Amino acid sequence: MKPPRFEYHAAHSVDEAVALLGRYGGDAKVLAGGQSLMPMLNFRLARPAALVDVNRVAALAYVREDDGVVAFGAMTRQRTIEFSPMVAARLPLLREATRWVGHLPIRSRGTIGGSIAHADPSAEYPAVLTALGGEVIVQGPRGRRTVKAADLFEGYLTTSLGPEELLVEVRLPAMPAGAGYAFEEFARRHGDFAIVGIAAMVVRDGARCAVARLATAGTGPVPVRLRAAEEILERDGLGDAAVAAAGARAAELVDPDADVHASAEYRRHLTGVLTVRALKRAIAGATS
Amino acid sequence: MASGSWIGRSVERVEDGRLLTGRGAFIDDHPPVSNLSHAAIVRSPHAHARIRGWDASAALAMEGVVGVITGRDVAASCKPFGVGVTAPVHYYPAATDKVRFVGEPVAVVVARDRYLAEDAAEAVVVDYEVLPAVVDPEKALEPDAPILHEAVGSNLAGHRRLVYGDPDRAFAEAEVIVRERFRFPKYASTPIETYGVIARWDGLDGVLTVWSNFMGPFIMHPLVARVLGLPENRLRFIVPPDIGGSFGIKSSIYPYLALIGLAAMKLGVPVKWIEDRREHLLASSSGTDRVAWREVAARNDGTIVGMRFKWFDNVGGYIRSPEPGCSFRPTGNFVGPYRFQNLEVDASVVMTNKSLTGPNRGYACGHLYFETERMIDLLAERLGLDPVEVRRRNLIDRASFPYRTPTGGLYDSGDYAATLDKALVLAKYDELRREQARARAAGRYYGIGLALAVDPSVSNMGYVATALDPQFRAKPEYLPKSGAVDSATVKIDPLGRVIAILGTTPQGQGHQTIVSQIVADELGVAPRDVTVVDEMDTFTRVWSISSGTYSSRFGSVGTSAVALAARKLKAKLVEYAAHLMGVTPGEVEFRDGGVHRTSGKATPYSIKDLAGRAHWNTESLPEGMEPGLAATAVFGFSVARAVDAEDRVNSSNTYGFIAEVMAVEVDPDTAAIKIVKYVTVHDAGTIINPMIVEGQIYGGALHGLGGALYEELAYDDDGQLLTGTFMDYLVPTASEAPDIEIAHVVSPSPLTTLGSKGLGESSSMTVPAVIANAVSDALRPLGISITELPMTPTRLHDLITRARSSASEPRPPRSGHPRPEPASPTPLQ
Repeated sequence: MKPPRFEYHAAHSVDEAVALLGRYGGDAKVLAGGQSLMPMLNFRLARPAALVDVNRVAALAYVREDDGVVAFGAMTRQRTIEFSPMVAARLPLLREATRWVGHLPIRSRGTIGGSIAHADPSAEYPAVLTALGGEVIVQGPRGRRTVKAADLFEGYLTTSLGPEELLVEVRLPAMPAGAGYAFEEFARRHGDFAIVGIAAMVVRDGARCAVARLATAGTGPVPVRLRAAEEILERDGLGDAAVAAAGARAAELVDPDADVHASAEYRRHLTGVLTVRALKRAIAGATS
Repeated sequence: MASGSWIGRSVERVEDGRLLTGRGAFIDDHPPVSNLSHAAIVRSPHAHARIRGWDASAALAMEGVVGVITGRDVAASCKPFGVGVTAPVHYYPAATDKVRFVGEPVAVVVARDRYLAEDAAEAVVVDYEVLPAVVDPEKALEPDAPILHEAVGSNLAGHRRLVYGDPDRAFAEAEVIVRERFRFPKYASTPIETYGVIARWDGLDGVLTVWSNFMGPFIMHPLVARVLGLPENRLRFIVPPDIGGSFGIKSSIYPYLALIGLAAMKLGVPVKWIEDRREHLLASSSGTDRVAWREVAARNDGTIVGMRFKWFDNVGGYIRSPEPGCSFRPTGNFVGPYRFQNLEVDASVVMTNKSLTGPNRGYACGHLYFETERMIDLLAERLGLDPVEVRRRNLIDRASFPYRTPTGGLYDSGDYAATLDKALVLAKYDELRREQARARAAGRYYGIGLALAVDPSVSNMGYVATALDPQFRAKPEYLPKSGAVDSATVKIDPLGRVIAILGTTPQGQGHQTIVSQIVADELGVAPRDVTVVDEMDTFTRVWSISSGTYSSRFGSVGTSAVALAARKLKAKLVEYAAHLMGVTPGEVEFRDGGVHRTSGKATPYSIKDLAGRAHWNTESLPEGMEPGLAATAVFGFSVARAVDAEDRVNSSNTYGFIAEVMAVEVDPDTAAIKIVKYVTVHDAGTIINPMIVEGQIYGGALHGLGGALYEELAYDDDGQLLTGTFMDYLVPTASEAPDIEIAHVVSPSPLTTLGSKGLGESSSMTVPAVIANAVSDALRPLGISITELPMTPTRLHDLITRARSSASEPRPPRSGHPRPEPASPTPLQ
């Protein structure tokens, strides 16, 4: 479990990092928190010619609100997000999801940009990004562009980012005041990647549901936005029957894979169960 | 300090200071020789393949590579390891003709550093002819199964049918018979420190020195010497002061001692190999996975009259010693805490294309009690009796100790009923049952489980011969085996401080603390005045075949040796002091750290005073007294006898007892299991350090929980390991730990110097049973009975889904299982 030989570069700015990525023509990997990349290197599953370490790029670590959008520098640590007052106030769903991310040492190193760019479909942040309809800003040799969550995740550990592009910012729309939310997850042990996770947000308008947001972790190669289930709530309201129908619909909307931890059928079943649980908690917390 | 005041106290561990500040001395920390080269092991990617050849030329041409050893070199230079069965299984330190499991070593690359060695290992080309694989122990015995060892002719490494009493009659006369089939998973221990070996060959003296975190038993020393063709006094094993856990697993490191030793001998450089975590999960060692068919015969009042066990133990690609201990290590305690006299054990030891097995905490007892304790609950359910009641009716009673079991075990002491009662009181068993009734009325799935176990410690080496046919053992050339011994030396320096030297290999158990407590009590000094040295060295320590730290033996045999050595030395001090006082030894006594006149006035002699005089002025010694203040004691059990002609053997030397109660609630929608109550009561005789004992119980319980719910070395049908990293091989962490309520009953052993017994394996052998019983009880309204571990959420979900979907249909009666004969019922010769 020793990595093959690679070059190492510590970038001090985004421009320098992007230039380094360009120099290796796609054969370099970005080192952020290193919580997934380092094991992959040691297992020799990843064999990049070079690592571009962005831990010293101070300009990539920030949380700020900008016209109803909370913007995170890609190198913002999960531990920072967990304790950010702004996140607690404006994105409480993200805060709750963060508590499901690994363990304390992992969150102390792991970053929001790294988690999303790594695109593990069982991870919590891609599910939250998908549920809230966020976006990321990436910088490449031809400048910056914005990628919406729906266009970001292409497959297992695969995003639409080019090999010479660096994810620099994650943008999540602030949740409306009074929105109810919940992140429900089932994992075999505390801190493991989800077997299934459900991110839920509801905005109440009296007995009606103004907005429902639902997305999954662990139910296939990419996080799944459960739009058809959301529509049931937005149409039929927030009563038990609608919630049950949304849960049943959610289970139909996913096409999970089987692995050593869970069968596809069990994951599908959990999708329904956890959708109902997440919605019940979100609805209980929502104020109109 | 008054004598007797340190034993029984939670003395802080003297080891912890160095361990918690990163100052431990582990195999990877301190290179004992300079200019080490580093090894990477090339391993088979195939579960079953013939090796057509090796080509190491590309690797040899790479930067920093010192040399490469292949299976061809192994075949040319080594003999195969001795195995515990008569079947012709040729097991070498690396594959020589075929590979038989994924991860089997096929070559060793030695280079200037580990990175270069791993680079070059990728360049070693092995030409494989891939063969079909088999991983299931029952399928491996089918006539068309791929054969792993052509010389054996089948995949059956060994088979024994052991009969005690008259089981056929017991079953014929039984009022009720319950049958069930169980599967127990393959899981390991995953100590925080993996294997590590450093070998240096001294060609001038012809001595191979091997440093490693090997834990014993040191029977493996002559075994390795024979493989390498070295005289035993030219092979030196040294174990560093600290080992980062083992739980049995590191007893199976010995093939690597031979492999890295061979590399050092062939390449002429000192070689270091530290196993990485992937190698550890892939190819170190584990317990066996087992298919068990069980039958219990009983009377309608719940009295058990007999049992039948039929086992298929999967030892992987080769049978590696001390297997088939997986089947026979608990021979003496096969019957557990129960009185029944009639037993049939039909044990098949099967080779398949999985990694190799060996001792793993609770060695074979987790399997044994999972099956037995599930059967007791099934019997109780069949008879409509409370599971507590069925157990109580069958327990060996207190007046029967020492109790000889029908299988030859000699239970030295115990009070099983009192221990069970204590567990029930602590758990508030009746209240748990009331809570269950309330939960069930509310549609919740709440269950209560019990498990009882006789906890054997200090294996008697003689049990291994149970694997051999009695006719084979009766041959004149056969040498019987028995024994369980440990040594200790206690010496006093000229200023009166004490050093105790052990031949043990602690892996975190706290031997230094325990020994300092014992010696402090015996000699009336403070524990801090006792320095304990436990760095095993086969050239300098007094050791024997059974030496080592395994089978929970230190608490019985090691502590006895220490106490006896201290007493020997004390007797010498008494005799010396009496001589100085001009009186007879009968007129003085040892107390408060010195020798005093029993009556009359005389200045006492302190240990310090006596030590100074004895060392500085040997003229002052009485006539005939040997100079020097050191005493060595070797303690052995006289109850450790060889297996007899009727297959009876006292397979361990001391036997503790465990009684557990657990309550769980199962969420039927997610299949999550929540432990709401867990009580464990132990009887391990005299307790020397309650804090250390508590730590062992916590660890054992978590280990058992791993096997019950989380851990499995799972393979696909092609023999590929599916759980080869800690992302997939799930070890329970502190977050998964339930609250554990611990209590003790103390029945001192009459066989050990201090009355203590081993306890290191403890609840690892009961938790799989207690939680399976609790979950089965919780899900009884759905008709679910747990017969297979680990209870993963997917498995449990499948059971719940099936039960719910067939809830409207009538439940099929639980039919008796067929009792197929093994494919090759003839015992091997």
